[in-house]
Amino acid sequence: MKFFESFRIALRALNANKVRSALTMLGVIIGVSAVILLVAIGTGVQHEVTGSIEGLGSNLIFAFPGNVEEGGGGSFSVTRQFSLDDAALLERRLGSKDLVVPIIQSPATLKVGNRELRTTIAAANENGDEVFTADYLGGRGYRRSDVSASARVVVLGSTVRDDLFPYVDPVGKSIDINGQQFTVIGHLAAQGGSLTGDQDNQVYMPVTTAQRLLGTRDIGAIVVKADDPADVNLLQRRIKQILRPKFGNEFSVFTQEETLGILTQLLGTLTVMLAGIAGISLLVGGIGIMNIMLVSVSERTREIGIRKAVGAKTYDIMSQFVIEAVVLSVLGGGVGIGLGWSGAAALTRWVPTEVTWWAVALAFFFSAAVGIFFGVYPAYRASRLDPIEALRYE
Amino acid sequence: MEESAATQARVECVESRVVLEARQVSKCYELDEIEVHALREVDLEVCEGQMLAVMGPSGSGKSTLMHMIGLLDRPTTGNVVVEGVDVSRMSPNELAAVRNKRIGFVFQSFNLLPRTSAQANVELPLIYAGVSLLKRASMARASLERVGLGDRLGHYSSQLSGGQQQRVAIARALVTAPSIVLADEPTGNLDSRSGIEVMSILQDLNRQGITIVIVTHDDGVARHAERVVHMLDGRIVHDELVENRTLAEDRMRELDAEEEAAQ
Ligand SMILES: Nc1ncnc2c1ncn2[C@@H]1O[C@H](COP(=O)(O)OP(=O)(O)OP(=O)(O)O)[C@@H](O)[C@H]1O
Ligand SMILES: [Mg+2]
Repeated sequence: MKFFESFRIALRALNANKVRSALTMLGVIIGVSAVILLVAIGTGVQHEVTGSIEGLGSNLIFAFPGNVEEGGGGSFSVTRQFSLDDAALLERRLGSKDLVVPIIQSPATLKVGNRELRTTIAAANENGDEVFTADYLGGRGYRRSDVSASARVVVLGSTVRDDLFPYVDPVGKSIDINGQQFTVIGHLAAQGGSLTGDQDNQVYMPVTTAQRLLGTRDIGAIVVKADDPADVNLLQRRIKQILRPKFGNEFSVFTQEETLGILTQLLGTLTVMLAGIAGISLLVGGIGIMNIMLVSVSERTREIGIRKAVGAKTYDIMSQFVIEAVVLSVLGGGVGIGLGWSGAAALTRWVPTEVTWWAVALAFFFSAAVGIFFGVYPAYRASRLDPIEALRYE
Repeated sequence: MEESAATQARVECVESRVVLEARQVSKCYELDEIEVHALREVDLEVCEGQMLAVMGPSGSGKSTLMHMIGLLDRPTTGNVVVEGVDVSRMSPNELAAVRNKRIGFVFQSFNLLPRTSAQANVELPLIYAGVSLLKRASMARASLERVGLGDRLGHYSSQLSGGQQQRVAIARALVTAPSIVLADEPTGNLDSRSGIEVMSILQDLNRQGITIVIVTHDDGVARHAERVVHMLDGRIVHDELVENRTLAEDRMRELDAEEEAAQ
């Protein structure tokens, strides 16, 4: 009964001060939605990338030329590149059930008629589909014979196909890559981004064909797929043993788990950075709330004086202000959550997003705490004044 | 000064009991280590049903006295007694309850809630008295009708003239049916016609048995009361019964006649 009455008083007071109420809510809304949105982007990117690596299976081992650990960071110089001979060496020395896949990735220009497209070539041997997960919509992948013949055949990612062949089946069509004629033998379903870049915006061809096209005898990396995931660490050691005589320390071998670890660390930093930006917006929102509350103190103190003069008790004053602040914070927080959430949903067209409950809770409770504190504290001080002091307050 | 304090006449309540009493009330403000004595050991008895005016020059302590006997502020020393009960030891919440039930206030600066309708302003004391929603609305309406504002229930303070705002404040003071109404310069911000209207309402209330204390520095306003207390420098220096008390209705009639003649 008494509480219900305080609720009515509070709602009436909020209604009587629409601008102040709206501005306070705006502070909460900005803070909450910014935190939710930015953290959602950070988490979304992180999960999509790590998820797509995990999707490859837990039994991949990556060998790169150059010493990543010593170079520190990633700007390391490569003194000696891998070649197909190194891949063949590994193939010979490792178990016959473990697949060895040489890989090249390189930018290229595609032309069909007068349409032109900049994209990436991803080249491998006949086992390439084990590394670049492929889901054929039409046609086929290249075979062992295509690899040994350096056949000028190509498989299109979904974005490339949609750009160059929007209305027709591309299989059998011819296409110009860096000035050479290729035949399209297959095209893929959309798969999204991954460790190896945006898989949809790539074209796939035999590694030997790519070497000829790019005029090189080098390859970018060697991926080994262990037949039994339990053997991964053993296999990693064997690969190092095999490559050491030729390359010394100038190469690196990572298991999928290690790659994931490095990436997670990198992407974690991104999330922390975004969370930092979000924290700043939360602070700005909080300062906004604080300002409005403090600016309205003198008017509200007079209001408290009037209410006390006509018989309001301390309890009446405090419950009114607590309810006012809670209503504003909860409404603002609710709208902020809705806005952040739908913003995150809308952004998925361009960036992967994932709303996390801790960001929602943190943003909501921080804004609510700021709103309630700065709503209630001045009122608490004013409610302890004699009515006449409150009435005289300037 | 010594002399006037000593020879001060005191009007005693003969036929009726004392509703409000100040006993040796002093109020002292300290500003930058300088003591300002707003009230010096004031004794005052207000009789039930009396209409009393407190007169005096600016700074003589009239408002301060009203705040003390209205329980809006606490004396530095001395006691205030309301209907026989000493309120010195009461908690702020108990004082709030006494103000709510017994005392209505009319301030010089109206003190209405901004952006709030006349009716909601008048309902305010009833909310804190715990009156139910429906009863509250009808009581507020009745009170506003009593001051002639039955057609302005939904108006905000900013949509009312000064005189109308002061009448809303009077309606608010009346709505809990208090036994005492304290008015600080109720006509101070008003033109002569609105001032007379306000005085007429107050005299009317007094006729119905409510004790009224008006603070004013205007002798013409003070002469509407039955008794006038004069203050100077924080002391009551003179206390007299009014002969030939002014009736607001008469002045209203005179004013009407004047205006007609002018036209
Ligand atoms: N809050 C305060 N702090 C310091 N001094 C005060 C305070 N309130 C009042 N005074 C002082 O007390 C004295 C009496 O003030 P009070 O307001 O009672 O005068 P008043 O008779 O009502 O005057 P007026 O007719 O101008 O309203 C004045 O000298 C004033 O300066
Ligand atoms: Mg005064």
